[in-house]
Amino acid sequence: MKHFIICCFGLLLSGLMCAQQQKSDTLNSIKKDTTKLDEITVVGRRKLSNYRQEKTLSSVDDFLEKANKITMIKRGNYAWEPSINNMNSQRLTVTIDGMQIFGACTDKMDPITSYVDVSNLEKVSVGSGQSGTENGHCVGGGLDLKLPETKFYESGLKTSIDLGYETNGNYRTAGLELEYSGNKFYIKTDGIFRKSDNYDSGRNQDVLYSQFEKYNSSTQVGYKLTENHKLEANVIYDKATDIGYPALPMDVSLAEAIITSVTHNYSNDSTFFKSLESKLYFNTITHVMDDSKRPVVAIRMDMPGWSNTYGFYSKAAIAFKNHELSFNLNGFYNRSLAEMTMYPNDSNQPEMFMYTWPDIRTLYSGFYVKDRYSINEKESLTASLRLGYHHNRIAKDVGLESLQIFYPEIEDSKNRFLTSMAADYSFKQKAYDVSFGLGYGERAPSVSEGYGFFLFNSFDNFDYIGNPTLNNEKAIEANIKANYHFNKFHIGLESSYFHIMDYIIGNIDPSLNAMTIGANGVKVYNALSHATIFDVYLNSSYRFSKSLSINGTVGYNYGKGSNDENLPLIKPFSYLAEVGYNISRFNAAIQLEGNGNQSNYNSFYGEDETPQFAVLNLNLGNTFYTKENKIILKYGVDNMLDTNYSTYADWNNIPRQGRNFYLNLSYVIR
Amino acid sequence: MKLKYILPILFIALMSTSCSTDESNDDPQIVNEVDGLIRIHDIINDTHTIELYSKTGNFSTGYNAISMRLMDNTTNLYVEDASITWLPMMQMPTMQHSSPRSSIAKSLGKDTVYEGYIVYQMTGMDGSGWSLTIDYSIADMVYTATESITVTQAENQNVTSFMADDGSNYVIAMIEPSAPKIAINNLKVGLFRMESMMSFPIVEDYTIALDPRMPGMDNHTSSNNTDLSYSAADTMYHADLSLTMTGYWVLNLKLLNTMDEVLKGEDVTDDNNQSSLYLELEF
Repeated sequence: MKHFIICCFGLLLSGLMCAQQQKSDTLNSIKKDTTKLDEITVVGRRKLSNYRQEKTLSSVDDFLEKANKITMIKRGNYAWEPSINNMNSQRLTVTIDGMQIFGACTDKMDPITSYVDVSNLEKVSVGSGQSGTENGHCVGGGLDLKLPETKFYESGLKTSIDLGYETNGNYRTAGLELEYSGNKFYIKTDGIFRKSDNYDSGRNQDVLYSQFEKYNSSTQVGYKLTENHKLEANVIYDKATDIGYPALPMDVSLAEAIITSVTHNYSNDSTFFKSLESKLYFNTITHVMDDSKRPVVAIRMDMPGWSNTYGFYSKAAIAFKNHELSFNLNGFYNRSLAEMTMYPNDSNQPEMFMYTWPDIRTLYSGFYVKDRYSINEKESLTASLRLGYHHNRIAKDVGLESLQIFYPEIEDSKNRFLTSMAADYSFKQKAYDVSFGLGYGERAPSVSEGYGFFLFNSFDNFDYIGNPTLNNEKAIEANIKANYHFNKFHIGLESSYFHIMDYIIGNIDPSLNAMTIGANGVKVYNALSHATIFDVYLNSSYRFSKSLSINGTVGYNYGKGSNDENLPLIKPFSYLAEVGYNISRFNAAIQLEGNGNQSNYNSFYGEDETPQFAVLNLNLGNTFYTKENKIILKYGVDNMLDTNYSTYADWNNIPRQGRNFYLNLSYVIR
Repeated sequence: MKLKYILPILFIALMSTSCSTDESNDDPQIVNEVDGLIRIHDIINDTHTIELYSKTGNFSTGYNAISMRLMDNTTNLYVEDASITWLPMMQMPTMQHSSPRSSIAKSLGKDTVYEGYIVYQMTGMDGSGWSLTIDYSIADMVYTATESITVTQAENQNVTSFMADDGSNYVIAMIEPSAPKIAINNLKVGLFRMESMMSFPIVEDYTIALDPRMPGMDNHTSSNNTDLSYSAADTMYHADLSLTMTGYWVLNLKLLNTMDEVLKGEDVTDDNNQSSLYLELEF
C-alpha cells in the first residue's frame, strides 16, 4: 500500500516536471486580514504587524486561536499548545522562520509559540496537513512563525511604544520597538514585558496559579552586501518566570530561550535561481518546573529540562515556463534532556532521581521540493515531496539502561526514513474557486513518545512510558476547499480527512506500577492500527455596505480510533458570528462564539462531557494621526456577560477568563 | 611553517609516552597483588602478621568479601602455601555464636592472596563484640591467631536473620548489586541455615520471592523483576532487580522451600506495606 502511494506520487511529480504548457499565472493572492476568521487557506498566512487585530498587544497564542483550524490547548493562562486539525505538538512541525526548535518540558508546558512574542514576528504561515511539510515532517500540519524581513528603505528611524492594560488579572503589557532602515544597513530591536496576576473566571472566581511574567526582546540586523546579496543576524531572548499552571500539579519558575540565526540571502529576478536563502541557527531552552508555590503536594520535586538545537537550511526558488519550483535542504541536531529529583517526606531517605528524557539526540537531514505548475489561467497543480533521514540516539548509558527495564532488547540508536508528499489541484474563476488535495505523510515519534520515562499526565492521571520500538506514524489525507462569491455574499467550505495508520497513543499496561503518587497507573505509548480525523468548516459573510459586514463560521470535527473509541481532544461543534463596522479611523465588532456540547469525548484519556457555552465579545478601535505620528487605540470587553465556562481544550476543565475590559495603546513615531 | 615541524614532534612525543606506560604495566616486578584493596586490620601472632583487606577497608554488617595475606614476621616475605580456616565469633552476655562464612582459597591468578567471605548478621553498639580467629598450617606446622575486630553497623538492612515457620533460623545477606543503578540490576543473595551456633551451611534450591518497593513514593514498585533462584555454579541466589530511580528501596522477600511452602514473609498489599522479611538498598 505504502509503496503504491509513493509510486503514484512519484509519477505525478515527474509528470509535472515534464509537462510544458504555455501560460503565465499570477501568484495565488494571499489574504492578510487578521480580524476575520475565514482566512486560513491550505497554506495560510496572517500578518501580525498591521494593527488590524482586535488587540495590538495580543499574545501569539491569542492570535493563533483566531484561525479556523487551530485550537489552543490551555493548561493555564500562558504557553498554550497549538493544535491543527485536532492534532497537537507531536503531530505538527512548529518552526521559527524555518528553524527547528523543541520545547524542553516533558509535559508540553512550553510549546515553541511561547518562546516568541508578536513583536518578534511578521506573520504566521499555517500549512494544514501535508502542505505544512516545507520545514519538516508532520501529520497534522505545519506552523512557521516568520520573522520580519530586513528592509533597506532609507526610511530612517521609526519608534513605536505599546502599552496595554486588562482588568481581569491586572494584566499589564509594555513594549518598545525601534527600527532603523538605511540604504545598506537595517536594525530593529524590540522589547516587551507582560505580567498578569491570577485571572478571574466568570462570576469572579479567582483561578489560583494562573499568574505569569514574561520578558522578550529581539534584535535583528541586516546588511546589504551588494544589490543581490544581503546578510542578516537575528537574536531572540525570551524569559518567563513565575508561570502558574492551574490545570497541572506543578508550576514553572523559569522558561528561558535564546534563539539565534545568521542568514545569507541572494535574490535576482534575472537569473535561473530567483532566490537562494541559507541560514545557520542555534537555539537553547531551559525549562524549570517546580512546586514550591503549592502548599500541599504528595512529594516535593524539581523537574528541569533542556533542549538545544543546531541546524541549517538552504532554500532556493526557481521559475521557468509555468513552473515555480522551490527547494529546501535542511538538517538539525537536537539534544533533549530532562530529569526529576524528588525529595522524600521522610528526610532520612535520600533524594530520588531519574532521567525523564534520558539525553536523547536527534539528527535529521532532509530535502524538500515543491512545484507549482500553472496549467492555464484558471487551473494550477501543486506537488511537493519531502524525504528525510531521522536518527535517534540515547546518549546516556543510564538512560539506555533505565529504558531497558521495559525494553531489554533495545539498542541505543534508531534510524528512520521519512517520506511526505502532497498534490493539490486548484481551479479558480471570478465567482468561485475550488481545490482538491491529496497527501501522504510520515512522522517519527516525539522524544516523549519514544523515550519518555514516567511522564505524568494530569489529564488522564497516568504515568506515561515511551516506546522506542514504535513504527512511524503514517497518514493519508484528502482535502477540499471551495469558495463562492455572489455580489456581497460569500460562502466557503473547507474540509480535511485524515486516515492515520499506526496512530501513536498511550495504552494502559496493567503490569506496570505508577511512579507518581496518586496516579491511576501506567500507560505505554503504543499504536492503534488506524484512526480517522475529519473536519469541516463553513464560512460565510455578507457585506451590507462598505463599512458594515457580518460573517459567520461553523465547524464540525470528528475523530475515531480503530478500537472504535473517540480520539481525545477533538473539537466539538463550534460556531462564531461577527458583526463588524469599519471606517477609516474607527472600527467596531461584536462577536458571538461558542461550542456545542462535547458528546464525543473519551473518558479513557481523561475527558469528560464539556457542556456547551457561548460568549460575547466586543472590540473597538480608533486611529488618530498627528503631523507625523500615529496613535492606535484598541479597547473592548471580552466575555461581556461574564459567563463561567471551559472548553474541550481546557486541561482538566480549568475555567476560562470571565469578563475582561482591555485597552491597548500604540504610539508610532516616525 | 613552524606548525609543520611541531606537529610531527608532538605526534612522536605522544606515541612514545604511550609506549612507555605500556611497558611499565607489563613489568612483573611491580605487581601489587592487593592493588585496589584497602587494608582493614592486621592480626598478629608471634610468627606471622595476617593482613586483612577488602574494597571498603572495614568490616560492616552484611556480606564482606575479604582478602588476606600472611607475612612471615622474620623474613618479611608473604606465605604462598598456607591452608587457612577462620572462625568469626560474637560474644554476647549469655552466649556466643559465629556467622555464615565461606572456606578460604587462594585468589585466582595470585600468589600471596587468599580470599573468602563472612556475613556478619549483627554487631554491638559501638561495633564491638566480634573476634576473628584464623587457624592455618604451613608445611604441616599449625598456627593460630585471634584478635577482636570492629564491625560497623551498615546504614541499611543488607542482612537479616530470622526464625522461619519450619522452626529453623536462617540468614539472608545481599551480595550484589554493590553499585546499584537505574537499570535491571543483577541481584545476588546468600541464604544460610543456622544449624548450630557455629554452623551456617548454604541452603540449596529454595526460592525467594522478590517485590522491590519505594516507601517514599507510596510504595511504588518496578517491573520485570524476577524471583531469586538458586544457582549451583556459585551456590548463591540470583534475580533481576529493576530500579526505576535512585533513592531508598525496600526489597520485600518471601522465603519458599523446595515444596513451595512459604516459610517467612508476606505479600505486599494495600493493607500490608511491607513484608516481615526484607532487605534495604539506597543509592
